[in-house]
Amino acid sequence: MRHTLFKILTLFFIAYSSAQEIDVSGNVQDETGFPIPGANVIVNGTSKGTTTDFDGNFTLEEVEIGSTISISYIGYITKEIIISDNSELTIQLQEDLAQLDEVVVIGYGSQKKKDVTGAVAIVDSKTIEDLKPVDAAQALQGTSAGVAVTAPSGSPGGGFNILIRGVSSNRDNGPLVIIDGYKGDLNTINPSDIESFSILKDAQAAIYGIEGANGVVLVTTKSGKKNAALKISYNGFTGVQQTSRKLPYLNATEYALILNESHAANGEDLPFPDVSGLGVGINWQDEVFGTAPIMNHNLSASGGGEKSTYYVGASYVDQEGIVAPEKSNFRRANVKIKLGFDIGEKLKFTTSANYFNSNRQSIGENALGTPLFNALNYAPTYSLDQEDETGFLGNEVINPLSQLANTYNDYTGNAIEGTFQLVYTPLEGLSFTSRIGIRSFNDKGKTFAPIVEYGSGKVFNNPRSSVNQYRNTYNSYTWETFANYKRTLGENHNTEFTFGTSTIRDWSDGLNGTGFDVPNNSWEFAEIDLADGINETKNTGSYVRDSRLSSYFGRVQYDYKGKYLLSAMIRRDGSSDFSPENRIDYFSSVTAGWKISDEAFLEDSNTINFLKLRGSYGTLGNNEGADLYRSLLSGEATYVLDGAITNGRASGRIPNPDAQWETAKKFDVGLDLNMFDNKLTFVADYFIEDREDLLIGAFPVSGILGGFAPGAGLPTVNAGTTRNTGIELAVGYKHQFSDDASFGINYNVTKIEGEVLEVRGGIPPRGGNFSVGQPFIAIMEPGQPIGYFLGYKTDGLFQNQAEVDASAQAGNAAPGDIRFVDVDNDGEITDDDRTYLGKPQPDYIMGLNLSFDYKNWDFGAYMYAELGKETVRNYERDQSNVNRLKLYLNRWTGEGTSNSVPRVTNGGTTNRLFSDFYVEDSSFLRIQNIQLGYSLSDEVIEKLGIHKLRLYTLINNPFTFTKYNGYDPAATNGAAIGGGIDYGFYPVARQFIIGLNLSI
Amino acid sequence: MKTYINKITKALLVTLVAFGAHSCGDAYLEDVQVYTIDSENYFNSESDYYDALVGAYDLLQATYLNAILGEIASDNTLCGGESATDVIGWQQIDDMIHTPVNDNLRDLWNWMYAGVSRTNFIMEFQDKIDFDGREAIIAETRFLRAYYYFELVKWFGPIPLKESRFEIGDETSIPRSPVSAVYALIEADLQYAINNLTYMAPQVGRATKGSAQALLGKAYLYQEKYGEATAVLDNLINNGPYDLVEDYDMLWEAEGENSVESIFEVQYTDVEGAGFDCLQCSEGNVAVGFSGIRNYTGPLFSSGFSFNVPTQESYDAFEDSDLRKDIAILDIDAWAAQEGATFSTGYEHTGFFNRKYIPRKRSSEAAGDLNLTNPANYRAIRFADVLLLAAEAYNRGGIDDTKAQEYLNRVRRRAYGVDDDSVDSGNTGSNLTADIARERRLELMGEGHRFFDLVRTGEGSRIPGFQEGKHNLFPIPIEEIQFANGNWEQNPNY
Repeated sequence: MRHTLFKILTLFFIAYSSAQEIDVSGNVQDETGFPIPGANVIVNGTSKGTTTDFDGNFTLEEVEIGSTISISYIGYITKEIIISDNSELTIQLQEDLAQLDEVVVIGYGSQKKKDVTGAVAIVDSKTIEDLKPVDAAQALQGTSAGVAVTAPSGSPGGGFNILIRGVSSNRDNGPLVIIDGYKGDLNTINPSDIESFSILKDAQAAIYGIEGANGVVLVTTKSGKKNAALKISYNGFTGVQQTSRKLPYLNATEYALILNESHAANGEDLPFPDVSGLGVGINWQDEVFGTAPIMNHNLSASGGGEKSTYYVGASYVDQEGIVAPEKSNFRRANVKIKLGFDIGEKLKFTTSANYFNSNRQSIGENALGTPLFNALNYAPTYSLDQEDETGFLGNEVINPLSQLANTYNDYTGNAIEGTFQLVYTPLEGLSFTSRIGIRSFNDKGKTFAPIVEYGSGKVFNNPRSSVNQYRNTYNSYTWETFANYKRTLGENHNTEFTFGTSTIRDWSDGLNGTGFDVPNNSWEFAEIDLADGINETKNTGSYVRDSRLSSYFGRVQYDYKGKYLLSAMIRRDGSSDFSPENRIDYFSSVTAGWKISDEAFLEDSNTINFLKLRGSYGTLGNNEGADLYRSLLSGEATYVLDGAITNGRASGRIPNPDAQWETAKKFDVGLDLNMFDNKLTFVADYFIEDREDLLIGAFPVSGILGGFAPGAGLPTVNAGTTRNTGIELAVGYKHQFSDDASFGINYNVTKIEGEVLEVRGGIPPRGGNFSVGQPFIAIMEPGQPIGYFLGYKTDGLFQNQAEVDASAQAGNAAPGDIRFVDVDNDGEITDDDRTYLGKPQPDYIMGLNLSFDYKNWDFGAYMYAELGKETVRNYERDQSNVNRLKLYLNRWTGEGTSNSVPRVTNGGTTNRLFSDFYVEDSSFLRIQNIQLGYSLSDEVIEKLGIHKLRLYTLINNPFTFTKYNGYDPAATNGAAIGGGIDYGFYPVARQFIIGLNLSI
Repeated sequence: MKTYINKITKALLVTLVAFGAHSCGDAYLEDVQVYTIDSENYFNSESDYYDALVGAYDLLQATYLNAILGEIASDNTLCGGESATDVIGWQQIDDMIHTPVNDNLRDLWNWMYAGVSRTNFIMEFQDKIDFDGREAIIAETRFLRAYYYFELVKWFGPIPLKESRFEIGDETSIPRSPVSAVYALIEADLQYAINNLTYMAPQVGRATKGSAQALLGKAYLYQEKYGEATAVLDNLINNGPYDLVEDYDMLWEAEGENSVESIFEVQYTDVEGAGFDCLQCSEGNVAVGFSGIRNYTGPLFSSGFSFNVPTQESYDAFEDSDLRKDIAILDIDAWAAQEGATFSTGYEHTGFFNRKYIPRKRSSEAAGDLNLTNPANYRAIRFADVLLLAAEAYNRGGIDDTKAQEYLNRVRRRAYGVDDDSVDSGNTGSNLTADIARERRLELMGEGHRFFDLVRTGEGSRIPGFQEGKHNLFPIPIEEIQFANGNWEQNPNY
């Protein structure tokens, strides 16, 4: 066979050797003139071809004049040129805006984007370069439809929560993150090492079975390219940060006057008989917020030879906090290596390793009595170093500066993670892949509690110093072996089979201990070894955890002429987290697509370049609920015998032998449309997801079962169903005005409607504290969104006694108090009158990204919005003497003065009961990022002997448009039940940054 | 073709090797490296039983709530606190406007049943292994079960009853047992305890024969079984090693803990901090911090949350010559003037505090949150209490008023610091009944017994807002009524 071919080729050469042949050389560039290494240059109709070198240069010898060469590179439109003479060619490739040939990772395989039949969102390295996130998760905020990224805090290293298509579970809603094939965590990788994210949003993720219900984020890290010379890139920036918001609070004089009024209203002596000298006093927010630096360095080198590729990256980020920078900061270093080797023709070997080290110091956040909470509530009349010694402000409010000064902690995390992968291709179309991903993460932390005294009765007083230290190790491996077989039957029937097995083990253990009486009451001596104090109580602890998954999976993909596409997949999972009777299950899905644009009636359309209709349906699992089926002896059994603490044993959480994972049933139909030379792209999806057998933790059961003993707990029961219905829309437009100017816009919007369909058992689960001693305010109840706020609806204020007397609150209210709506019309205000007041999940999330390039200048902006959500204002301490929002300047002081802000009084009122007075619309639009860059022109960089030098400046979070009073309308702790309650969120920082990108 | 076959063979081989390596399959799931001991395969040694018993004792510390609420509910004190909405459930009980919706009553129900559950855990496995001293451990377990059930029957009347752990579903199938059935189990448990325990506790804080006798006598008296009550209480008074301490004042300080007067005492310490999210987990006496003087600075005491404040009427109920007057109740204004102390006032400030159980100055080992970790033991059953119980049984049972006088006057002489009969009561019949009731109030002021003493003697109407036939019992928490799904009726008139 080969022999024959050779003969034919020889004949060709002989036949044509007489034609005129020349040597052709040239340079291949992208639109900005940057060389494209590794582009394929082929003489059409021959086997002659080459690839460009690192500088984009190529030379083809003995090319016949008049022949056509085609130049192609992934992501760019292939260009063809007829050879007329031997002059040096400069070939600019245009980016393929539709990127239909872009390869998308879909789990145990990849597909061309045009063939994808599931709902998959892609976020590439360009977005990461633009947004310069400290945490990779930030790159997903606002950049892909259906994905919401929220932060519980703006503090350095505070972390992010990713939600794909809303909140379905009342437990874990975070997606499965797979990095180059191993189960990982986004916060241990350097964002700059990421090549792309592939986000599987629908039933296509069923190939991940029991772990796929919350969606799957597949991360591909950067690799070197074959036959590319060494490329070194440096990206770095430095900047300053400040708070994005301060709250309008009363100054000293306003504060004193309001306090006088509230004391007088209750017939008490005036606390400030003379307010004349008070002035504005101290603004505690000004004192706790400061300006803090941030910097980031990234260095990478990549390239490759005939049979090998390499990528090496290193990075360092150092971010200090806008509150007490020396007590709130984050540093992270990463080193990344990725290597690929071809061992012979049929065997390919890839390995990657990521080393991660982070260090963090943090302050108390988002809870009663934390520094920001105190900065709001502390009296502006006090001097900077003045403690509230008499307890004038109650037991929980203390001087925030003293509190910050007495905060000592340190946290260090270390991870080494990586993969080894072998791909064996014995035959065309058949490949075997076996890979093992390992991850070993260890961390240690230390917290020092010094002896402190903030004043009489303060709950933060600590008469005895102690230091708590802990160390944990988390290990996991993901070992997967699978086979792919691709075959075309006849001419038109394309099939691909994938089957394999996966084994995942997560195991961890930890030790912790506390030492007492730290020498010199000082952080420098805070080490258990030095703390010699004897303590009666047990002050050490440990834990062990081991969770395993053993799975088999298979997938069949079929298409007819690439026009009608169909795939089906199944996965069998066994999870050690459940009882032996309940640990095996099957998950499956089907997806289908129809490329309408390939049909005859659209084939030649100039308007519609691409049109595909797709749909999917399937079941997936949420592997939540380790060890629910039995009761470990983890209860607290501590009593005092012979005058000493004595520890015994008791049962922990009430067991539920029937516990099972949660099951998601996902339905999706979508449309992909490209128009006008692929300039306009349009992706729309409609989805319904039912989450069944929701594991409801702390499921309310009768107290007679003993679940309220110390260290015990209520069982976790599969007792709920939720439904999320939504629409996603992503539109992109890119226009090239001229060689010098181009413009691009991407917009996405997601509308999600969440509803609880069922909660079995008598009492709906509740969570979320408001103020002190009030019942939980967030609830999960059928017919309502999960975690909605339940409280009293208000109807203005009572303006006079007659109104009070005529109301359901007669006897319990006075003029100037809040009037509650008697929802059930029984003439009384009772618990039954509490009703829906709002919800923490937005109706709409949106992202907008603009880019404009002109000559060497580039401009970009990113925006993010959440609409139709509420946040509870809970940073006001319920105590008469604390400081208040300026809102109270408009309080009720007599008939007709206000109908929204109640009177102030030290007397008992019902105004502090949870009502819509404390629920605010927290819809917002945030400009996340505005950026302007300048790249040196080709002439200059050539002289400098470099490939690229770009200088840029950017502002992160310059503006947030919202009606919300609090620090950060975007913040939420992420809890499904109890999210959206604001104790004074650490606001996101506004960052002013300058940086440069350099490639040589 | 041959090479083709070779390749296929090779491919299959690779497949086999690769997949074979995974072959652990489902067995792989069985081999997890975690703790293998759980609640159902426990109890394998004597120490396992002891450890579980410690767990059963643990819930006694949660009875701080029963003690403080027993006072607040009564006519002795007002709720107090920071504001009218501070611990709303307590405020409502103080005003006798409480309803089945009350988190604090629910806590009480939950915690006492948690205690029942821990004792029943041991009882379920009582025969799993045998060892010397097993009977004593079971006896203590049964004492504790009786203690918890007694609290439940006092507060809620008829309650679901079981001698092994309740399981999911029992709430919809097991009915509320009549009060008599609850007492029958309490009596059986305590009889077993009496028969298998001695007066000597193996460790300070553990239940003794005396504890069981005292509780049994009290349970008889609550059922108005006067004869049985006098028998068991007399046995205790005559044979037990207990006596009144001379110095009533010292009884309430750290030195007075586990004294000769103490028959059963709930043990607390301040060396382990606690948090509001799990008050039942505190090793300290939470009621003490809650009763403390708000923002106090000065000698002897520490500050607290100003709940459970005695009324002027309570203070005035003591004669001036009664030594207990300023030991049981602190007149804060007088004290502040005398000692130069400062404080701030809370809601319903009366000027008085429950001096027996307010925070003292802290030890150097005290751990935060200080308000939740006070070390003062709760003197659950004192010899004085037993004397008064016995006196009441003798008198109300019409058995022997002389004997009743003897016991009553023993308490009175200590109270007034006299050796002679100058303060003795010579009354008989219903006058003596009144004397004993009055003495019970004064002697046990601030100790959490008042509400139940009033209710069981038909004197509930002394409490402002009290409705006879309704407030005698507290309502079953609304949540429990819902869980029971029709199986349990609410108490009358709620």
